[in-house]
Amino acid sequence: MVGPLKATTVLPYLSLAIWVPVAAGILVLALHRDRDAAAARWLALVGALAGFAVTLPLYAHFLIGTAEMQFVEAVEWIPRFNVNYLLGVDGISLPLILLNSFITVLVVWAGWVVIQSRVAQYMAAFLIMSGLTNGVFAALDGVLFYVFFEAMLVPLYLIIGIWGGPNRVYAAIKFFLYTLLGSLLMLVALIYLYSISGGSFSILEWYQLPLSLKTQILLFVAFFAAFSVKVPMWPVHTWLPDAHTEAPTGGSVVLAAITLKVGGYGFIRFVLPILPDASHYLSGFMIALSLIAIVYIGFVALVQPDMKRLIAYSSISHMGFVTLGLFLFSAMGVEGGLVQMISHGFVSAALFLCVGVLYDRMHSRQIADYGGVVNTMPKFAAFAMLFAMANSGLPGTSGFVGEFMVVLASVKANFWLGFLAATIMILGAAYTLWMYKRVWYGQVGNAHVAALKDLSQREFWLLGALVLAVLALGVYPKPFTDVMHASVADLLAHVAQSKL
Amino acid sequence: MTMQQIYLLIPLAPLAAAIIVGLWGPRLGRATSHRLCIAGVMVSTLASAWVLRDVLAGHDFNGDVYTWMTSGGVKFTIGFLIDPLTALMITVVSFVSLMVHIYTIGYMADDPGYTRFFSYISLFTFSMLMLVMANNFLQLFFGWEAVGLVSYLLIGFWYERPTAIYANLKAFLANRVGDFGFVLGIGLIVAYTGSLDYATVFGAAPVIAGTTINLLGDAQWSVMTAICIGLFVGAMGKSAQVPLHVWLPDSMEGPTPISALIHAATMVTAGIFMVARMSPLFELSDTALSFVTVIGATTALFMAVLGVVQNDIKRVIAYSTLSQLGYMTCALGASAYSAAIFHLMTHAFFKALLFLGAGSAIIAMHHEQDMRRMGGLKKYMPITYWTMVIGSLALAGIPPFAGFFSKDVIIEAVQLSTVPGHTYAQFAVTVGVFLTALYSFRLIFLTFHGEERFRHGPAHGDAHAQERAHEDPRESPWVVTLPLIVLAVGSLYTGWAYVGDTVFGDFFRDSIVVIEQHAGLAEMREEWHGVVPFMVHGLTGAPFWLGVAGIVAAWFFWSRRPELPDRIASALSGLYTLLINNYFVDRFNDFFFAGGFRRVGTVASEVGDRVIIDGFFVNGSARAVGATSALLRHIQTGRIYHYAFAMILSVLALLTWWSVR
Repeated sequence: MVGPLKATTVLPYLSLAIWVPVAAGILVLALHRDRDAAAARWLALVGALAGFAVTLPLYAHFLIGTAEMQFVEAVEWIPRFNVNYLLGVDGISLPLILLNSFITVLVVWAGWVVIQSRVAQYMAAFLIMSGLTNGVFAALDGVLFYVFFEAMLVPLYLIIGIWGGPNRVYAAIKFFLYTLLGSLLMLVALIYLYSISGGSFSILEWYQLPLSLKTQILLFVAFFAAFSVKVPMWPVHTWLPDAHTEAPTGGSVVLAAITLKVGGYGFIRFVLPILPDASHYLSGFMIALSLIAIVYIGFVALVQPDMKRLIAYSSISHMGFVTLGLFLFSAMGVEGGLVQMISHGFVSAALFLCVGVLYDRMHSRQIADYGGVVNTMPKFAAFAMLFAMANSGLPGTSGFVGEFMVVLASVKANFWLGFLAATIMILGAAYTLWMYKRVWYGQVGNAHVAALKDLSQREFWLLGALVLAVLALGVYPKPFTDVMHASVADLLAHVAQSKL
Repeated sequence: MTMQQIYLLIPLAPLAAAIIVGLWGPRLGRATSHRLCIAGVMVSTLASAWVLRDVLAGHDFNGDVYTWMTSGGVKFTIGFLIDPLTALMITVVSFVSLMVHIYTIGYMADDPGYTRFFSYISLFTFSMLMLVMANNFLQLFFGWEAVGLVSYLLIGFWYERPTAIYANLKAFLANRVGDFGFVLGIGLIVAYTGSLDYATVFGAAPVIAGTTINLLGDAQWSVMTAICIGLFVGAMGKSAQVPLHVWLPDSMEGPTPISALIHAATMVTAGIFMVARMSPLFELSDTALSFVTVIGATTALFMAVLGVVQNDIKRVIAYSTLSQLGYMTCALGASAYSAAIFHLMTHAFFKALLFLGAGSAIIAMHHEQDMRRMGGLKKYMPITYWTMVIGSLALAGIPPFAGFFSKDVIIEAVQLSTVPGHTYAQFAVTVGVFLTALYSFRLIFLTFHGEERFRHGPAHGDAHAQERAHEDPRESPWVVTLPLIVLAVGSLYTGWAYVGDTVFGDFFRDSIVVIEQHAGLAEMREEWHGVVPFMVHGLTGAPFWLGVAGIVAAWFFWSRRPELPDRIASALSGLYTLLINNYFVDRFNDFFFAGGFRRVGTVASEVGDRVIIDGFFVNGSARAVGATSALLRHIQTGRIYHYAFAMILSVLALLTWWSVR
């Protein structure tokens, strides 16, 4: 018996979304011809494109207006423990799967020239990572979720540890331990839920499970340990700047655009609906941490001398909007948090790619080593300006949408919440545009900057794709939010229903 | 073509031009680029005029273009509200923009960024038009921020100049501080009305006027006051009111056409327009109106004082703009919204004229902007000179020029206002008239009369200074002088021609709401008997004579006895230092905000993140684990008898524990 969910699709699109990239990754590894790096690259690109292509029917055939799980696949996996291969998406996970598969294509393409050593392994790591991440977003079984959740750490760990910067080992271990410690507690929570639910690992069944407040709080702490590290929330964020600075460009892109979203998603999928009373009980705590992330981290970002660290801190600050929005328990807040996740996926990916463009040419991430890049790279400067503005939350770009929704929702909850959240308008603009001023504007800073070449065709289209995404979400977010409404309403119904 | 399509055409024509020229400008070439942009704005101007005519015939419009998003029961839309206020604004904006586009051909002729510049100013025109045409707060905020963005790009247009890229960052951040308040105001509106649509919000306004909100301690604030002050903080950023005015003088780092378009005629008027648009809200909070009045009065007076001591020709006009925006704000505070919009319109003409005229002088001076190195330009540049004189007379409020009418109405309205702070405002706007005339004609005398100081050899020895010293200045080409003449005609004509309709007539219909308690303008309306009696009445009033006194004083100090001002300055050196440093506001901001933010950031980063979280907790626990395992390692000796001994001890200990228990 697999539970109440029945398979609802002809083609197993979700399985394809997970296993096509993984299979492509294994294939790249298996062919393993480092002498013929070009073949590995092309194969990886084809794999990534195929992985993206199989997610498109998910959007095309997605039924708007229902909170039911769609494209459900249910197969027995370990019958002895009632563990099932249970997949499904709703309006919350679907956009994240699309985002992930889209970013994977960009990342593979971004590593085209820079990565010259162990090309096959590099590409394979990203493809496998992409499939596993889709698994996280699609899994509806606790064990399955946990397996994907842990497994996706490994490729990223390798990406940082092998292709990273000089201090990569410290960063990789820090990243691994931080996230592992958190997820071990989550495993305990999952097993506990299994035992008291009478032997079910179905996440959706757990939504109906009555739990005392004390139990809920303990479980909250366990899930919090896993997801707050991923988001990351203050004060468990310090692994992120280190991981970003040491990671290769592609690693940073995936880390910021995708991995962090797993944390936010975890809160939505597990914490809010399974532990509604604890969520309400601890919402003040969560909101306080989110606001600290927004304000405090905004100040920290201001003084970073390293571009990647600056963008990493900016990510933490922007992700504060996600957790803030979620714990306001209003439709606009939750949807704002979701939109913020998608937008941050585009914008942070774009900013890290921009730093990558500079790093590939000058091998420095220090702001002080630049100055006047616009003189030698005008096209690039135009792209960077657009992304900087998106990061500052300018209307018309995706960065505005989520921030605006969350600020509106917070003012509605309490004026001072909105007041503190809205400081990102000043701080975000301050750190982003000050960096832009020092790196791009001004007279040519030195001979290295004078020798810079503008974007190659590949870089141009890579950033161009993100420009389109950022503007599309900014000018017409309705298609994105329409997908979410029903699921968010359902989520809020669960949150509103006490389990005591 | 339906009217709706025409409405759409107004913002989209310049947007299309901006995109095409922005993407392919260098490939299209200069002439094609500027033709495209001018064509785009020309379409907007003609369509706006058509819409104005249609609106005057009584055809308003309020409808959505598309739904941007829905969330939490709130509908976010993009849509247009076409009423007299909008129609007037789009006409002024697109017309001034068109003049500036034409002028730019001459002014930017030698600039390598020519096509980029055209793309920016067309994009700006699009943003401003979206702002004034909005029928909801979302689109208003979009336009609001978009003009901020373009202003940022244009102030930093010459991105190699350190001062320019300092000024544009400063401008953006000062505006963002305003937008911060603006967003909170919008947030409160959505929280209390559940809508972003103007009509719905205005409809709900009387209902929420009685609601209070607990903001600080137990003090109950009227929600409407909180909303209006929030919105007005946004206006203080865009319309450069004290203390968020700091960005405007520095914005003169941008090319002169921009100073005329953005920092005189359009973007800075966004705040004024917004408050007028929100009159149904502001009318319901006397506290907010009082706040508006005091801020406006302070700006009007204190910025006018600064105008008198500036030496950079553009900065004089910039401070003048600040002061005049203060006048408009005062009018808003006095519930004389139509007077504020009327002054906005006349000011757009003569201020654009003054900036473009100053630009013309700057071209002749080979991009020298210091008036101390000009002088005597009158005989070389007659068109520039005479148009500038017209602009200055209009600014100084001398009849029958446009500024006289708009300013006189404001002064009277402030006198009749009853909100707290109106006496202070009355003093400020009256003294301001003298100062306005003083700095305006100081500029005229220093630039166009007297000794030809530009011949005094190279001041900093560059090639431009050499050219200045040896060549006679020349009048600018027709693309520069034509806009000057057109705007001069506007400065002459718009005052007496429109004051009757816009201020005293029923031009604005229900697009501006004034409640009965704020009847100042209504009283004036009853005493209105036409333009000529109004002028005659003006000639007997204090403001007119103060203006004349200002002109005479300017003549005396800067033409008759030019050595006097320096002597006064050194006699009052303390005051002079205060003024020339802009009351030390910039220093304070640099130290307290810019520096303070960085210091907080450094402490948070170095102490909070590096020492406490990373040093103590993260690496500390790693070290603790390391130290513990180093200790434990001693136990792991690998010798059987050690382990056996430990086992025996443990068994004994357990047995003891059991038996004792």
